Amino acid sequence: MIPGSTVVPSVLPLVLLLTSLVPALVIFGLREDQRRVRTALNLSGAFVKAAIVVVLIPVVLSGEKLRWSFAWIPGLEIVFVTDTFSLFFVGLSSALWLVTTIYAIGYLEGSPNRSRFFGFFSLCVTATTGIALAQNLFTFLVFFELLTLVTYPLVAHRGTPEAMRGARTYLGYTLAGGVVLLLGVAWLTLEVGPVEFVAGGIPAVAELAARDPATATVIGALLLTGVSVKAALFPLHGWLPIAMVAPAPVSALLHAVAVVKAGAFGIIRVVEDTFGFALFAELGLLQVLAVAAAVTIVYGSLRALTQDDLKKRLAYSTVSQVAYIALGAALLSPVATAGAIVHMVNQGVMKITLFFCAGLFAEELKVHRVSELAGVGRRMPLTAAAFTVAALGMIGLPPFAGFISKWALGVGALDAGQPWVVGVLITSTVLNAGYFLPVIIAMWTRPAAIPASEERAPRLSERGTRRIEAPAALLVPALVTAVLVVALGVGAGWEFSPWSLAQFIADGAWP
Amino acid sequence: MPPAPAALAALVPLVVFVPLVAAVVCAMVPVRARGTVAIAATLAGGVVVGVLWAGVAASGIVRVELAGWAAPLGIALQVDGASVAMLALTHVVLLAVFAAAAAEPRLTGSEAFWPLVLFAAVAISGVFVAADMFSVYVLLELLTLAAVALVALGGRGASAAALRYLFVAVTGSLFYLLAVALVYGETGTLDLTLAADRLTDGPVAAAALALVTVGMAAKIALFPLHSWLPVAHPAAPAAVSALLSALVIKASLFVLWRVYAAVGTAIDLAPVFAIATAAAGAAGVLWGGVMALRRDRLKTVIAYSTVAQVGYLVLILPLMLADGPGGEGAAVAGWSGGVVLAIAHGLAKAAMFLAAGALVVAYGSDKLSGLRGAHARMPLAAATISIAGVSLAGLPPTLAFAGKWQLLESSLARGAWWWVAVLLVGGLLTFAYVATMIRAMFAPPGEDPAPPHAPPRRTVSVAAFSLAAASVVVGIFPAPLVALIEAAAPLGGAL
Repeated sequence: MIPGSTVVPSVLPLVLLLTSLVPALVIFGLREDQRRVRTALNLSGAFVKAAIVVVLIPVVLSGEKLRWSFAWIPGLEIVFVTDTFSLFFVGLSSALWLVTTIYAIGYLEGSPNRSRFFGFFSLCVTATTGIALAQNLFTFLVFFELLTLVTYPLVAHRGTPEAMRGARTYLGYTLAGGVVLLLGVAWLTLEVGPVEFVAGGIPAVAELAARDPATATVIGALLLTGVSVKAALFPLHGWLPIAMVAPAPVSALLHAVAVVKAGAFGIIRVVEDTFGFALFAELGLLQVLAVAAAVTIVYGSLRALTQDDLKKRLAYSTVSQVAYIALGAALLSPVATAGAIVHMVNQGVMKITLFFCAGLFAEELKVHRVSELAGVGRRMPLTAAAFTVAALGMIGLPPFAGFISKWALGVGALDAGQPWVVGVLITSTVLNAGYFLPVIIAMWTRPAAIPASEERAPRLSERGTRRIEAPAALLVPALVTAVLVVALGVGAGWEFSPWSLAQFIADGAWP
Repeated sequence: MPPAPAALAALVPLVVFVPLVAAVVCAMVPVRARGTVAIAATLAGGVVVGVLWAGVAASGIVRVELAGWAAPLGIALQVDGASVAMLALTHVVLLAVFAAAAAEPRLTGSEAFWPLVLFAAVAISGVFVAADMFSVYVLLELLTLAAVALVALGGRGASAAALRYLFVAVTGSLFYLLAVALVYGETGTLDLTLAADRLTDGPVAAAALALVTVGMAAKIALFPLHSWLPVAHPAAPAAVSALLSALVIKASLFVLWRVYAAVGTAIDLAPVFAIATAAAGAAGVLWGGVMALRRDRLKTVIAYSTVAQVGYLVLILPLMLADGPGGEGAAVAGWSGGVVLAIAHGLAKAAMFLAAGALVVAYGSDKLSGLRGAHARMPLAAATISIAGVSLAGLPPTLAFAGKWQLLESSLARGAWWWVAVLLVGGLLTFAYVATMIRAMFAPPGEDPAPPHAPPRRTVSVAAFSLAAASVVVGIFPAPLVALIEAAAPLGGAL
C-alpha cells in the first residue's frame, strides 16, 4: 500500500485529455490537402501526452494523485484521477498512439478522407484516455460509450459493403454491451451513490453486498457483461474477427490499446477497484469470469489455427490473448493480478507489432493470406524479423514480453490454489505455437511464391531511388515495437518497467 | 446579480409580445427585410429569456397577473424552471431556423413563412408561460392555424397532409376546450393552480382529465393517434419540418405535463391515466422505431423518429407523481429527466431536419439510396445528422443522455422495470435507424459521386450543425440546465 497517499486538485488530468481532443477537433476542420498541419497536430499531441505521462510517473509513485472533477448534474460528478493504474493505461495508450500515428500517416499517404480518419483516430485516443482516468463508474461509462461511437467511422472508413457490414456488427455488439453496462452503472449509482474507485474494493459496495447479496450479484454480473463485450470474451467476441476489415492502423489500435484493451481495463476496474477480489469471489462471479476467460483462451486459439486470412488469424489470437488479462483478474493472488496488468502492455506491444507487419505485407506485397507468406523473409527481412519476434513473444518464449505474462499468471494460479489454470496456459501455449510457428517457418524457409520481377520492383520508391524494403513511416514503428517486445522481457526487473509497476499496482489492491 | 422579482414579472409578457409585434411588422415589410426582422426579434426575445433564466434560477417560480387582474378572472402568467428551459429551446431553434431560411429561401416554401412562424412562436412561448386554461386553449388554436398553414407551404401534395393535420389538431383542441368547460363548471375558475386546489375528485374531474389526455395525445402524435405526423412533417418545407418536430408538438406536450403536475394527486384516477399514457408512449417508442427502420426516405425516417421520441416524453407522467417508491427524489429526477429529454429532442430534431433540407436541395430527393457519398461531399450536413442521431439514441456525450440517465434513475428508484426496459431497448432501436441514415451516406473513397444540384448556402449546414453542437456542449455541461429545472419545479399535487 502507498504510505500516506494524497489527492491534489489539478488540471493536468484534463490536459491529458485535451492533448488528443484538441487536435481531433482542429483536424476535422482541416482541408484534405493540409497534410503538414495535420501531421504536426497529431504528432505534437501524441508527444505532449507521452511527455506528461513521463513527468507524472514519479509523482504518482510517490503517492500523490492528481484529481480534476466537475458536477455533471447536481449530485453526480465527472471525475478524473491519475492513480497508478490509470496512469499505467494512459502510458500504454499514449506510447502506442504515437507509433500508430506515424504508421497511419505512412499507411494512408495519398488516400482520401484523411481528415475524417485522423480526427476520429484522435477522438478514439481521447476516449481511451478518459476511460483510463475515470475515477467513478459513471465517468467510465461515458467514455466507454464514446469509444464505441468514435471507433465506428474508423472501422467503416473504407466504405465498402464489407467494411460497412463489419462496422455494423461491431456497433451492434458494443452498443448492446453498453446498454447492459448502463443499466448496471445506473443501478449501482442508485444503490450506493456515485462512489469512486478504491483499490481493493469500494466499502459502500461491500455494505450493499452484505445487505442485499442478490442485488449486488446481479449488478456485478451486469457490469461484467457490459465490459466483457469490448474485451471480446467468449461468447461476446463475435464482432472482433469481423471488425478486422478496418485499415491496418485501426486494427492495430483496436487490438492493442483502444477497444479490446478498454474492455480488459474495465474488467480489472470492476473486479479490483469496485467490488474487490474477495467480494467478487464471495458473490460467485470471480469463478464465472475465470471459466469464461479459460474457455475464451482455448477457443480463440483453436479458431486462430484454422484461419488462412492473416488479419483474421491475428484477430482470433487477440480474442485468446486478451482473455489472459481477464484470467489473471479472476485469480485470488497478487501475482496473478500483476500478471493481468502487465499483460495489458505486453499483449498490446506484441499485437500492435503483428498488425503493423500484416499491414506492411498487405501494402508492399498485396499478401493477405497466411498461405501466401512463403518466402517473404527474403523479400522483407526486417518486417519478417519483427513479426517473428512478436509471434515468439505471443507463444511465451523467454526472453520476450509474453513470457513474463505467462510466468506471472502460472505462478499466480498456483498461488491461488488453482492448478488447472496452468493446464490452460500450457494448452494455449501449444496452440499459440501451432498457429504462429508454421507462419514463421514458411516466411523464412519456404521458397518465395512471388515472381522475380515483382520481387525487385517495389524496392524502388516512386521517385526511383533505392529504399529499404518499405516506406520508413511503416517500417520504423514496427521495428520500434518489436524492439520493445524484447525490452519488456529483458528489462522486466528494471525499477520503472511495466512489470515493476504492475506489481506495485497489484500490491495496492491486496492489503 | 439576479434581477429583482418585480422587474422580472414585468419581463414575462415580453416573451409573447416581442414575437407578436415582429409577426405584424414582418407581414408588412418587403420580403427582403423579413428575415432581418425575425432574427432581430428572436435575439431580443433571447435576451429576455436569458434574464428570466437568471431570475428563476435565483428566486424560483415567477407569477404575474396581466394588467393587475387577479385570478380567478384575470389572465395570469407563470414561469417555472421548465418554462424557461423550453423558452430557451424555442429561441435557440428559431434563431437557427431563421438563419438557415434567410440564407436559403428554398427551405421556406413561401414568403408567408416569416409571419406565420412568428405567430407560431407567439403561441408556443405563450403556452410555456400561461397559467390559465382558457389562454392555453386560445394559444393552442392559434398554433394549430399557423402550423397547418406552414405545412401547406410545402406545395403540391402538402395540402392533403395539412388538411389531415388540421382535422386532428382541431379535434384535440375541442377535447381540451370541453375539459376546460367541465373544470370551470366545477370550480368557477380558469386558473390551473387554483382549479386544482378547488377540484373535488369525482367522475367530472376524471372525465376532464381524460379529455385533456386524449386531446393532447392527438396533438403530440402519441401512439396510436400518430398517423397524421409521418405524413404532415415530411410534406412541409424543411425549415417548417424542423419547427414542427422541435417546437410545435412541445407546446401540447407541455400542457399535458402541466395538467398532470397540477392535479396528479388530486384525482384518484390520475396515476392510472398516467400509466396508460406512458404505456401508449412505450408502444410508440417501439412502433415508431420499427417503422423508422423500414422507411427509405430521410425525412420520413426522421418523422417516425418523432413518433418514437414522443413516447419517451410521456414517460415522465407516472414518474413525476410524488407518491410511490422512491419518493420525492425519484419524482424530481423523472420531471427533470423528461424536460431535459424534450429539450435534447428539440435540438436534435431541428438540426436533423435542417441538415436533411440541405441534403435534399443538393441531391434533389431524400431517398436514402441516393445519398451515397454525402459524408465526403457535404460533411457538415452528414456530421449534423450523425451527431443529432447519437443524441436521439440518448448516448453520451449528448444532452439526451442526461435526460435518459435521470429517467433511468427515476424508473429504477420506483422499481418500474418496464420503463427501464423501454428506455434501454428504445435507445438501441433508435440507434439502429440512425445507423441506417449514417450508413446511407458512406461510400468507398474515390467513389463518392458529387450531388446533382448545387448544395445550398453554407449557412444552412452551419445553422444545423450549431444545433447539434449545442446538444453536445450542453450534454457535457448539463448542470446549469438541470439545476434550473429542479430548483423551480412546478408546485401542485405532483412532485
